[in-house]
Amino acid sequence: MSKKINLTIDGIKVSVDEGMTILEAARTLNIHIPTLCYHEDLCVAGNCRVCVVEQEKVKNLPASCAMPVAEGMIIHTNSMKVRMARKHIVELLLSEHNADCTKCYKNGNCELQGLASQMLTGDHLFLDLVPDKNYTIDMFNTAIVKDDSRCIRCQRCVRTCEELQSVSALGVAYKGDKMKISTFFEHPLFEVVCTNCGQCVNRCPTGALIERNYIDQVWDAIYDPTKHVVVQTAPAVRIALGEALGLAPGKIVTGKMVAALKRLGFDSVLDTDFTADLTIIEEGHELLTRLKGALVDKDPTVALPMATSCSPGWIKFIEHTFPEYLANLSTCKSPQQMFGALAKTYYAQKRKIDPKNIVSVSIMPCTAKKFEANRPEMRSSGYKDVDYVLTTRELGIMIKQAGLEFEGLPEEKFDSFMGASTGAAVIFGSTGGVMEAALRTVYEVVTGREVPFDGLNIVPVRGTEGEIREATIRIEKVKPEWSFLEGVDLNCVVANGLANAKKVMQNVKDGKANYHFIEIMACPGGCLGGGGQPIPTNKDIRSKRKSAIYEEDMGMPIRKSHENPEVAAIYEEFLEKPLGHKSHELLHTHYTPRKRY
Amino acid sequence: MSEQTLKRVDLIFGEYSNVKYKVLADTLKRSNEEILKDLLDSGLRGRGGAGFPTAMKWKYTAETPSDERFVICNADEGEPGTFKDREILLRVPRKVFSGMAICGKVIGAKKGYMYLRGEYRFMIPELMKELEIYNDHAKMLGHDFEIEIRLGSGAYICGEESALFESMEGGRGEPRNKPPYPTISGFMKKPTVINNVETFVNVMMIMRLGPEQYKKLGTTDSRGSKVFSVSGDTPIPGIYELELGMSLDRFVDEFGDGDTKAVQVGGASGFCVPRKKFKETVIGFEGVPTGGSMMIFNSSRSMYNVLHNYLEFFEEESCGQCTPCRVGCQQLRKGIVAVKKGEKKAVYLDQLMKLSESMKLTAKCGLGQSVANSFSSIVNNFKEEMIY
Repeated sequence: MSKKINLTIDGIKVSVDEGMTILEAARTLNIHIPTLCYHEDLCVAGNCRVCVVEQEKVKNLPASCAMPVAEGMIIHTNSMKVRMARKHIVELLLSEHNADCTKCYKNGNCELQGLASQMLTGDHLFLDLVPDKNYTIDMFNTAIVKDDSRCIRCQRCVRTCEELQSVSALGVAYKGDKMKISTFFEHPLFEVVCTNCGQCVNRCPTGALIERNYIDQVWDAIYDPTKHVVVQTAPAVRIALGEALGLAPGKIVTGKMVAALKRLGFDSVLDTDFTADLTIIEEGHELLTRLKGALVDKDPTVALPMATSCSPGWIKFIEHTFPEYLANLSTCKSPQQMFGALAKTYYAQKRKIDPKNIVSVSIMPCTAKKFEANRPEMRSSGYKDVDYVLTTRELGIMIKQAGLEFEGLPEEKFDSFMGASTGAAVIFGSTGGVMEAALRTVYEVVTGREVPFDGLNIVPVRGTEGEIREATIRIEKVKPEWSFLEGVDLNCVVANGLANAKKVMQNVKDGKANYHFIEIMACPGGCLGGGGQPIPTNKDIRSKRKSAIYEEDMGMPIRKSHENPEVAAIYEEFLEKPLGHKSHELLHTHYTPRKRY
Repeated sequence: MSEQTLKRVDLIFGEYSNVKYKVLADTLKRSNEEILKDLLDSGLRGRGGAGFPTAMKWKYTAETPSDERFVICNADEGEPGTFKDREILLRVPRKVFSGMAICGKVIGAKKGYMYLRGEYRFMIPELMKELEIYNDHAKMLGHDFEIEIRLGSGAYICGEESALFESMEGGRGEPRNKPPYPTISGFMKKPTVINNVETFVNVMMIMRLGPEQYKKLGTTDSRGSKVFSVSGDTPIPGIYELELGMSLDRFVDEFGDGDTKAVQVGGASGFCVPRKKFKETVIGFEGVPTGGSMMIFNSSRSMYNVLHNYLEFFEEESCGQCTPCRVGCQQLRKGIVAVKKGEKKAVYLDQLMKLSESMKLTAKCGLGQSVANSFSSIVNNFKEEMIY
């Protein structure tokens, strides 16, 4: 039991835990103090000063986000002084801000705009400083656009990049009136260590950091009668899209999402889950091959531990930060890119469509996927494998544009083929999911039996947000052809958030860990907390999405990747065998080292 | 600096005793309680400007449980119009090191740092010489307290104590949220005493003279003497050690050129006192406090230009993290320009006064909070100069 502190807020006596801030204490009383720089996922900055309150017997107005409660404090959150100060602060921010709201992507979803309308800042108390500023827009990146003229210097992005991701692509440069959020020597984002994870985009209160949107290009493709537009949807989209359309967090909207996509005019609505299952088959066999190489053939060139390669933010991170471990990455492309390559080959052949007329669109919880789709490595079909990547948020916008009343849509099913899913594929959306899905398959391949966990739920590898989870799975009573794995303890580690990824890789580098298999997801909580997910995303919302994902897994008739009937079919009709010639050509790739700034 | 510039008091710049580090040696023999009691009795308040009672600061730091504590001497003398620490460090560095070493004993620190203003780089050879002497004597005396010099890089904000810690730790010089205060969490998040150069010298003087003797100088609220940096329209600019608690009237009689219109007390972040208030203004913690800067302006000076100059300084030297300071400084400066040019009506000054009040109430650190001091005192007292 922690100590209780008694204080009075707006005349109400309250007793809260020691260490709480005034802001948090007020929220327990349903008093909502406005904030801008504050974000539950991040350390307290206390720099916007919008959350100031009046404390009796204290001259200044403390920032409630940074001020811990103290015994006997008497706080006023809405006094005349406080209201005046807050209005001044918002007016000051507006005077530095390009408040051309109708031209802003975040129009209607901007925290500064929200405060401005709350405070009725119509009187323009101060001079407009924008014309004197030399604001620049970095539009050179395929995933993220950074518009300094919309920036309010709250530094949420800086803290996100440093604390959650340990990337520090964004930092503060200059001081005083010239202070700005910048990159290494003000290089454009595409030239620096930015992983495009989009966590900053998800936390930016204004339109200073946004995803580069491809909504119009996708509409154009849909309207073009000569084009056949296929769309794939990632596992983590179906449990979050509802939030972008006004539903409560944690609602599974798979069927409505499919119905919406069909009404938007996509010619074929397919599922990334299909290639997630395919990834498991390929990656599982790759792991087994590497283990055999290391344990039986004693081949020193075999790179172990093997790390997952589904998360494009993680890929770019390792390219920059641990390039010497690139060989340890699974050579499997991400499910998105496997899908893209197959859409313009396998799908095109089967549907007898010229691949040049196929436009491949993906809906992702991710901004890094936009970058990934534009990688030069991702053209193995002879075309750009995935043409356009939309975030969950962009799909939300398209659905609104089309005037679809989302909640009232019927539940529809994915088209076939490349639309079949399993529970194993669904859990790709959560930290630990790829590991669990892989183990469900690998264990069965090796032993002929299901993983020895109740209801196939390999709880020990289910990651926890912000934590590194290690687990050891003993492989016993193997089939004869896998005898070298008898009694082997498979050491797994699961990490989410690049700060944790860095710790894992540093342990590997320092020889402190003896892992076989590493799962890394660049974003907190995995894809469900991706940079392309609806705003806001925070701890509570992520935990609701996570419950939804595992609920969806439990509800699936098939829960193991190798039992996906369409996966079996594609090996029979097209790929022949896991890690076969065609697989290598279409589904696998290698990455390149990058510089460290 | 010639003898004639030193007036009234000669404590701080007084000669060293013949035996090196004698006061330190004597003080080290005393108990911490005795030392703290003497400091408390002396009524010594910090000489950096804010005037926090030194004994309390040390006591709190000593009482915070920790495996490590630090003593930091703030020699980042950046306030416009202040140059007294420079003089102290050039002439009596031994007294500063002694004061730090005494603090190290009282709070149980093994390491002290002097954070030296980047522009004072030229002092380093001399300071290092003295530091060697100190370190030898500390060893001789069996006092396990080492002092190191760290150099700032020229940002005014790094004189703010928590920004100074950030700077020393290798971070961007940005003030931290308070609480926690340095006595709980300072340099390297450890309990830290951070005092101005002059404060440490005063500690040393109190140890030498005893609190009773020291208390004879100054008033109840402002004990002791103070080193002033006198500049501007005066025939005798320079460094003067004067008793605290004098009236500004007397000061101007002594230092003015006969045509004094206003005195800026405490530098750009201090207050501007117009001629009509000289009589009633006391220099000290009970009146207008100062870190030592006294800028004298005669009737040839435009107070609009003076204010514009200060605001330009703050606009650039704000660290830029908090809204009221970063944007407020820009608005105040551009605002007075707009009024002067007639682009804004004179009543806009009232709007700016309210803004400066908000800055005082809401800025994260002393920099943003104190911009209102010079702004409101100049605008209020010289409104016609702002408009016409």
